[in-house]
Amino acid sequence: MPRLEPPQRLPRIISSPGSTTFNRTSSWRNLVPRIDLALCTGCLLCWKFCPEACVGLPGPKPEIGMDYCKGCGVCAQECPAECISMDQEAEA
Amino acid sequence: MKKVLTGNYAAAEAAALAGVQVASIYPITPATQIGERLSEMSAEGSFGGRLIRVESEHSAMASLLGAASAGARTFTATSSQGLAYMHEMLHWVSGARLPVVMVDVNRALAAPWNLWSDQSDSLSQRDTGWLQFYCASSQEVLDTVLMAFKISEKTFLPSMVVLDGFTLSHTYEPVDVPDEKAVREFLPPWRPESRLDTGAPAAFGSLAGAKDYIRLRRRMAYDMEQALSVIDDVAKEFERLFGRRYEPLAPYRAWDADTVLVIAGAAAGAAEAAVDELRRDGHRAGSLRLRVFRPFPADALRRMLHGGMRLAVVDRSFSQGSEGTFSQEIKAALYSSSPKPVTTGFVAGLGGGDITVDLLKEIWAEAHNGTVNPAETVWMEDAR
Repeated sequence: MPRLEPPQRLPRIISSPGSTTFNRTSSWRNLVPRIDLALCTGCLLCWKFCPEACVGLPGPKPEIGMDYCKGCGVCAQECPAECISMDQEAEA
Repeated sequence: MKKVLTGNYAAAEAAALAGVQVASIYPITPATQIGERLSEMSAEGSFGGRLIRVESEHSAMASLLGAASAGARTFTATSSQGLAYMHEMLHWVSGARLPVVMVDVNRALAAPWNLWSDQSDSLSQRDTGWLQFYCASSQEVLDTVLMAFKISEKTFLPSMVVLDGFTLSHTYEPVDVPDEKAVREFLPPWRPESRLDTGAPAAFGSLAGAKDYIRLRRRMAYDMEQALSVIDDVAKEFERLFGRRYEPLAPYRAWDADTVLVIAGAAAGAAEAAVDELRRDGHRAGSLRLRVFRPFPADALRRMLHGGMRLAVVDRSFSQGSEGTFSQEIKAALYSSSPKPVTTGFVAGLGGGDITVDLLKEIWAEAHNGTVNPAETVWMEDAR
């Protein structure tokens, strides 16, 4: 494995605004939410309850952003139409 | 101006002189008079910073994490269980690279309740990323606190200034207190580029994955290594302005000694007195006071000690399952030396035991005569 670059060039802290735009935090996700859009009523409860605010609304129906989704399953739990399933990451 | 001060009062004077903007204190046993004195000074108007009384030592350090993130010069003082309770926040402050300065008065850890002088509290925090300085006089406490702010603000690493409970914290000594103008020249206001500021938003304490985490830790290790030269530069500037010089290691009649007592804290004075008596009896005795413990001055130690010497390391702490902390560190630092000095660890004075001149002479003789096995720690009976 390569060695770290010379230490004097390394940062002391991460403080730039918007650091999560490059520091993607979905790396430990085990379960992937899948929305069956045919059953989705567009009630937006998944959008409202997502603790990571990673459910987007590109149109009338939601879309889950996988860069930050940690697979917690809150959206699937809250969905009244039960149209969100949680699949194993490896099988996704 | 000369004042007669205890180690505790010298620490409080230094915090006020340093222009501390936020000090957090939790005044309960085992706290010391440092917080009490700062509180009096605050009421009198001689401490101009904001004094926050919090609900625990953990909160004391947490509140300084916030204040320092906003760019304030910050200070606290604690001891023993209080320092142990702060442990989590010590990592937070050093990881956030904030130059908080704290005074720790060395007192034993429970159980059983004891709280007398003992170095286990600060030495059990050695891996928290804080610089550690061990003082031997009230003057040195005042001077080291002032230097610690400058060193911390240059290295972005927090400092712990350590003094012996009671033998130094409660002993009155004459102290030369510099005037505020001279201190301000030495220690101008701290203006960190990166701080909490609504005008220039930034995100602190964000999550970091493995790739970033190891880089941040590597940078910290580099800055800790560089701290030795920063400590040296700051000591030189301090000497130029105030006439007193402090080195990471303070040898006493050691250069031609065949057996050297190695010790930290105020008991180094007793070690020097023991060396004088041993020299009077015709022995080639010396002593070495360890003043800077983090970063560990391994190179300076290797330059000072040679293979023909025997070392008697006096530890007022013990890492259960291993040996005294100083003994471990000194042996590790000298491992690459060839030939290595024969190094024996002696545990003495735990829980407030007196480190007397006679006790140190006995330790010196045991190491000198080779009557002890250097592979085993030697535990000494309390001198009283």
